[in-house]
Amino acid sequence: MANPTDPLASRVHEVCAKRGHRPTELLQVLIELQDQEGWIAPQAIDALQMQLALPRSKIVAVASFYAFLNLTPRGRYQVSFSDNITDRHAGSLELCEQLCRELWVERGKVSEDGLVSVDLTSCIGLCDQGPAALINGRPLTRLDAARVSTIAGFIREGRALADWPTELFVVEDGVRRRERLLQPAFAPGEALAAAITRGAEGTLRELEASRLRGRGGAGFATAAKWSAARLAPGEARYVVANGDEGEPGTFKDRLLLARHPQELFEGMSIAAWVLGARQGLLYLRGEYRHLQAALEAVLHARRESGLLGRNILGVAGFDFDIAVHLGAGAYICGEESALLESLEGKRGTPRLRPPFPVTRGYLGQPTVVNNIETFCAAAHIVFAGAPNWTALGTAQSTGTKLLSVSGDCARPGIYEYPFGVSVADVLADCGAPEAQAVQVGGPSGHTVPRGQFARRMSFEDLSTAGAFLVFDQSRDLFEVARNFVHFFAHESCGFCTPCRVGTALLTNLMDKLAHGHGSPQDFARIESLNHELKTLSHCGLGQSACNPVLDGIAHFRPAYDRRLAHQAFVPAFDLDRALATARAMTGRDDPASHLERQG
Amino acid sequence: MNAPVFTLDRVEISFAPGQSILQAARAAGRYIPHLCFHPELKAHGSCRVCMVRVAGRLLPACATPAQPGMVVESEVPEVQQMRRALVEMLFVEGNHFCPSCEKSGDCQLQATAYHLGMLAPQFDYFYPDRAVDASHPEFLLDFNRCILCSLCVRASRDVDGKNVFGLSGRGLRTRLTVNAASGRLGDTDFAVGDFAARVCPVGAILKKRQGFQVPLGERTYDRHSIAEIDQHAPAQSLGECAPGPEVPMGGAPISRAPRREDT
Repeated sequence: MANPTDPLASRVHEVCAKRGHRPTELLQVLIELQDQEGWIAPQAIDALQMQLALPRSKIVAVASFYAFLNLTPRGRYQVSFSDNITDRHAGSLELCEQLCRELWVERGKVSEDGLVSVDLTSCIGLCDQGPAALINGRPLTRLDAARVSTIAGFIREGRALADWPTELFVVEDGVRRRERLLQPAFAPGEALAAAITRGAEGTLRELEASRLRGRGGAGFATAAKWSAARLAPGEARYVVANGDEGEPGTFKDRLLLARHPQELFEGMSIAAWVLGARQGLLYLRGEYRHLQAALEAVLHARRESGLLGRNILGVAGFDFDIAVHLGAGAYICGEESALLESLEGKRGTPRLRPPFPVTRGYLGQPTVVNNIETFCAAAHIVFAGAPNWTALGTAQSTGTKLLSVSGDCARPGIYEYPFGVSVADVLADCGAPEAQAVQVGGPSGHTVPRGQFARRMSFEDLSTAGAFLVFDQSRDLFEVARNFVHFFAHESCGFCTPCRVGTALLTNLMDKLAHGHGSPQDFARIESLNHELKTLSHCGLGQSACNPVLDGIAHFRPAYDRRLAHQAFVPAFDLDRALATARAMTGRDDPASHLERQG
Repeated sequence: MNAPVFTLDRVEISFAPGQSILQAARAAGRYIPHLCFHPELKAHGSCRVCMVRVAGRLLPACATPAQPGMVVESEVPEVQQMRRALVEMLFVEGNHFCPSCEKSGDCQLQATAYHLGMLAPQFDYFYPDRAVDASHPEFLLDFNRCILCSLCVRASRDVDGKNVFGLSGRGLRTRLTVNAASGRLGDTDFAVGDFAARVCPVGAILKKRQGFQVPLGERTYDRHSIAEIDQHAPAQSLGECAPGPEVPMGGAPISRAPRREDT
C-alpha cells in the first residue's frame, strides 16, 4: 500500500486507484502522472511497481517507448514544433530556432531554470494551419515570427496558459468540400435505431451491399471484418476506434473527432450491436488530446439520453459504453495490433499475425478495429441505406473519401470527394496549378509526379488514408524523401532487425548524399536497402519506409544524381563535421576552427 | 493416418498441426538459421533471420504455422542473401569484436555469419556508446554485444518467473535494461541457475571467471557448423553451463556427423 508519509506515493496511489490498479491501465496511469508531476520520476516508478504489481523493467519499457513520456524532468512549458515537411516548408525550423534564441534554451534541452524546453515532434495533424506546435498538449497554430516572440514573452513572464489570448490556440475546421460524411444526415440515435430495426444480420447485409472498405488505407471489407469478429468464439467482444492519425499530412480525423463525434460513436455503437460488444474504446493520439474534453462531454450526453449505458434505446440487454484512451506520441500505434498492445498498457509493438484482431484482439478477445472515418461511414450507410452510398465512388471504392490537403496550394484544408477523383481535379480545387508532385497517403504512400496527375484516388489506383501533400516546382523531392526517411527511423518501434537498423542505415545514407559525399556505391546500397526493408520487415512501417525513396528514384532521379558528386567511394565520416560539437562547445566558427577543404 | 507434409527446398517435411515451419524443420533435422528463436520459448519473430520464401513472400519460419502442401524455400541464394544482410545489420548496430570476445566460437551470431558466408558488413558501423555492467558477482553484462533478441527477457519472465530483463526505448535506441532502480544486474535476483543465464546467443550475458577454459579453435562452432549443432540440440550455445533441472533438454547428443552440404 501507499506509504502515507510519502506524498508522491500517495498521489501515485490515487491515480492508480481511479483505474482499479489494473496493469492494463499502465499507459493511462503514466500519462496522468506525468500531467501531475511533469515527468515520471524514479520514485514514482517505485510506487507504481507496488500499485500495479508490475516489475520496474516493464514500467520503464513502456515509459521509454512513448515520445510524450519523460523519464527526465522537462520544462514547465514544453513546446514541441510539428516536424512535418509542410511545416518545414512554411518555416517551422527557423521559428523553432527563433524561440530557442529568445528563450536562451538549446533545442531538446531544458532551460537551466527549468522553465521551458523546446523540441521537434512528429506531425501533429495541423498541416493546413502550420507552422504549428504543441505547448503542454495545447495546439499553437499559424505561427510566425511575431507570434513566436509573443509566446516567448509569455513564457518568460511565466503567464499561465489559461491567460494567453485564445487566438493563439484557434484550430480551424478548414472544410472546403462536403459530400455525404460532412453533411448533417441524422440526429443522435437515429442510425443506431435503424440498425436495431434492421437487426444484426440485416445491418451486416446492408454494410456488405455498400461494399464499404476500411478508410485507414488497407481497405479491408468492413462487413467481413465485423462478421468475422461476430462469429469468433470469445468471452467478450470489443469495438475499437483507431484515432491514432499519425501519418504525416493526415488530419481529417481531427475534423471528424471535433465536429462529427456523434457519427463516430453512432458507428461504434452499431458495431457493438452487431457484435454483441459491451465495451468500446476510442484510442485518441496524444497529439489530439486537446479534443478529449469535448469528446468526453459528447459521451456523457449520449449516456444521459440513453444511447450509451444499459438497455440502449430500450433494447433489453443492449449494454455498451465507450472509454477514451490516450496515446502518447508513437506513430506505430496506428498499426492495429500495435494499437491493441498500447490499449493494454504495453509498448506499441505490432503483434505476430495470425491470430488477427477479429479473433484475438483486445485482451485476447474478438475485436473490431476500424478507422474513425470508417465508423462514421458505417453509421451513414446503416441510416441512409447502401444504394445511397454506392451511388458515389467507383466499382471497388464506393462512397466518399476525406482528403487532408496541405502544402503548396492556395486552399489547404479538408475535402470530401466521391472516390475516383483525379489528382488533377483535387489540385484544381485547392489551387495548385504549379504542382510538381503530390504525396498521396503520406510518407508511406505514393509520390505522384506531374505526368501522373490523371491518376485517381481509389483502392484500384491510389489508395490513401487521406493525406495529400502538394509540392510546387521550388521543392526538392530528395529533401522531401529525406525528411520522410528520418520520420520512419524516429518512429520505428525497434522490434525487428530490418526496420530498426535498416531505417537508420537508410537515414545515414540519405544524409551522406545530402552532405555531398554520395557515390554510385551509396546509391546501390540505398536500392538494396529499399528491397530489404520492403521484404523483411515485420509490419507496414518498415515495409513502406522506403516508398518515398523508391518513388523519388523512379520519378525524380536528377534530384538524386545531383548528389552523387563522387565517382569513387567516399567514406561517410567527415572529420570537419565531426568537429562541429567541439566548435559548439568552444563557441567558435572562425576559419581556423575548420579543416581546410581539399581542392 | 499420415501426418501432413510440406516441402522445404523440395524435401518433404511432415509436421504436427500447430507446429511452425521452423519447429517442423528442426524436428526433421533440417536447419533454418535463426537467432531469436529458442525451442523452450514462445516464438518472437523479431530477428527475421529465419525468413523463408513461401509463395513468393518472405515469412519468418518461427512464427508461420506449417500448412499442408506449403512450398517453402530456404537454402536458395536470394533468401540466404537477405539473411546475410540481416546478420550484417546486427553486426554494425552493436560493437562486435569477435577476436576479443570470450563468446567467440560459441556465439550464434558469429556462427550464423560464417554459415551465411558473410565476409565484412557492407554497411557503415554505428559504433554505439554502450556500457558494460560488471556489478553481478557471477555474470558480466556487456550491452555492446546485445542483439535485442529478447531471449533473456522471455526466459526470465516465462521460465524463471523473475522479469530480470526488459527492452526499453524505441527504434535504434532500444536497449536491454535490468529490473533494478540502479539499473545494475548486481541489484537484481539474477542467479546462476536461471534459464535466462543460458539463453544469450551472443556474448552479452557472460559467466565470469570462465575465460578461455575451452581454447579458441576447440569451441562449439569451431568443431561443428551451426547447422549441425542446431539439428542435435536445443538452439542455444550452452557454453560450459549445465542446464538447470527445470528445463527439459531435447535432442540427441551431438555426434560427429559428416558436414552437410549447406549450399
